[in-house]
Amino acid sequence: MTKDLKFLFEPRGVIVTGVSSHPGKFGFVALHNILSCGYEGKVFAIGREESTVLEQKVTTSLDSIPENEADLMILCTPVEMNEELLRKASEKGVKAVFCAAGGYSETGEEGLKAEKRLVALAAELDLVLAGPNGQGVVSPPAGLCAQIVAPYAPKGRIAVVSQSGNFVSSFLNYANQTGIGISRSVSAGNAAATEIIDFLEWFSTDPATDVALCYLEGLEKGRDFFERIKTITKKLPIVLVKGGTTMGGQRAAASHTGSLASDSKIFEGMARQAGITRAPNIESAFEIAATFATQPLPSGPRVLVLTTAGGWGVVTADAISNSSELVLTPLPNDLKEEINKLLPPRWSKNNPIDLAGGETRDTIPELLSIASKHPEIDSIIQLGLGIQGNTANLVRTGKFYPNHGLERIVNFHERQERRYAEVSIKASLSSGKPILIASELATTQPNNPMVKTIRDSGQLCYASANRAVSALNHLVRYAIWRNQSN
Amino acid sequence: MTTASESESRQIVESAGISVSRWKTASDIDEALNAAREIGFPNALKLNGSSIAHKTEQGFVRLNLKTESEFLNAANELLENKIDDSDLLITEMLSGSREVIAGVVRDSQFGPCVMFGFGGVLAEAIADVEFRLAPITPYDARDLISSLKTTDLLKEFRGEEALDIDATIDLLIKLGDLAKDDKILSIDLNPLILVKGIPIAVDALVEIKEESL
Repeated sequence: MTKDLKFLFEPRGVIVTGVSSHPGKFGFVALHNILSCGYEGKVFAIGREESTVLEQKVTTSLDSIPENEADLMILCTPVEMNEELLRKASEKGVKAVFCAAGGYSETGEEGLKAEKRLVALAAELDLVLAGPNGQGVVSPPAGLCAQIVAPYAPKGRIAVVSQSGNFVSSFLNYANQTGIGISRSVSAGNAAATEIIDFLEWFSTDPATDVALCYLEGLEKGRDFFERIKTITKKLPIVLVKGGTTMGGQRAAASHTGSLASDSKIFEGMARQAGITRAPNIESAFEIAATFATQPLPSGPRVLVLTTAGGWGVVTADAISNSSELVLTPLPNDLKEEINKLLPPRWSKNNPIDLAGGETRDTIPELLSIASKHPEIDSIIQLGLGIQGNTANLVRTGKFYPNHGLERIVNFHERQERRYAEVSIKASLSSGKPILIASELATTQPNNPMVKTIRDSGQLCYASANRAVSALNHLVRYAIWRNQSN
Repeated sequence: MTTASESESRQIVESAGISVSRWKTASDIDEALNAAREIGFPNALKLNGSSIAHKTEQGFVRLNLKTESEFLNAANELLENKIDDSDLLITEMLSGSREVIAGVVRDSQFGPCVMFGFGGVLAEAIADVEFRLAPITPYDARDLISSLKTTDLLKEFRGEEALDIDATIDLLIKLGDLAKDDKILSIDLNPLILVKGIPIAVDALVEIKEESL
């Protein structure tokens, strides 16, 4: 049964323990982050001494806290205090506890015993327990940044769970960089009572979440993980990075089959069976998850490439041909005839559609509108946008601006870029098909009006065509898997 | 854990519907010759017994015996060196230039897994094998086959038919079903020779839980 983690991510009020006036201590940082990132629920601070910290009253015991006003408690107190705090919190109506404090199983035998006691007590009190030894919980839809580190993240559709807290921060940093936001994030810490798979299960029931992003190192119950995750992936795409190649798997080795088996091979096979989207590294994992979060699922593998000039289209066609799932579909005849009406005869007459510089101000929007509606095209990769904005950038910063008619042309170029971006997004929405725009300007010139318009619309501009192809390939593979599994 | 003899192993996989090369056992030279005549020439001869795994390495295999006299020499030699309760196994000699490997293994993390990959003497060097957790679906089996790096080597080649994908899917599903039996610890079909594209096991090795024998 799915563990109900609602109170961890949507608490009505939050208690932080271990609050002191020292800005370097976990309790202080957690309180600071909760108070300064926009959480609107009630906040209660517990510390060693009665005081005021960050304009917040600090009391020495949970006794003074009213009943049923806080659902979540963030523990930043030493091991020996936490069991008593759990009992008291339960009396006050707390439903979920995130134990940021360390000193548990990660420290050895004694810590392990304390962790087992904490887990047993939480179960007895019917409390959700996350951690211990974790960074905390972030939940932008609730305005909640209950963690002992940075950063906070914009609100979006990606839910993050990680066995390493650092990678929670990495994913959230990418969310800030790209503007593709987060619905929930949690570092599982020692995952003593609530495991990675429990979080993933809850994410699949969470209306705020469209895709899960997961960093995993080790597993203790591999088969159980498989049986549960393959049910989750039927509803929710899961992008997973697996760290470490060994998991201590052991097999009978008298057979050839046994000697050829390795943990990484078996994990890879399991992941493919379970419909898990495996990413090779943290950076691409975020980009793939961001694609799931912002693009519709393609209904097939046929890709159309649309480019304003040659080279881009050629390398993108190569990348598509080398991908495992995507098909560079031949240009349908009826579409070819339509395009003939829009362009001078030197255009490519094939996929990629290379305009060869023959476009006028309305060509790209018209072409995109026709192409995206064509039933033999499942998705589009668009290249070569941003050039006019790049020109505008050079002219605007040059010594002749704004004279000689330059102001007018700069405005025209920038207006066109914004329009192209808007048209692409609109075409994707109205056709229900993915349209991915790739340009190095995404990173080299983030203020390019095309790049900026895409970002402001909550979409991702891919820094290279290869990256767009790779992300789209993962979407297609997942779509195929989901079709056959349902 | 005990290794079943090749004949026991063949029985186990055959009864699950997996294709193996034609075979017979014989306990003495007369029975062996009769079996050889029935199976035809050329054929292959092996020492067969539960303590004899990895027969090739131990010199207990004679391949491509073309005549009765070749066969008799080989049979006498093996019988002289026979160990424990072993007997002789006579099989047809399948020809085909390509081999694959398939099997079942139990992983302590993930339980029973089906394996398939590029086979033959180079199998362990190339190590192009893939695993799926048993039991497996037709989708899993097809995906497994197509995710091999050497999948191109299994396409049509010098007049030989390509790997029969449907037959292979069927084989892998049957292996996965065999793995439901807890007593079966592992299965090695190494190699299977492609005959008109269909993988046929020419050697089988099943490991069985000790107490169940």
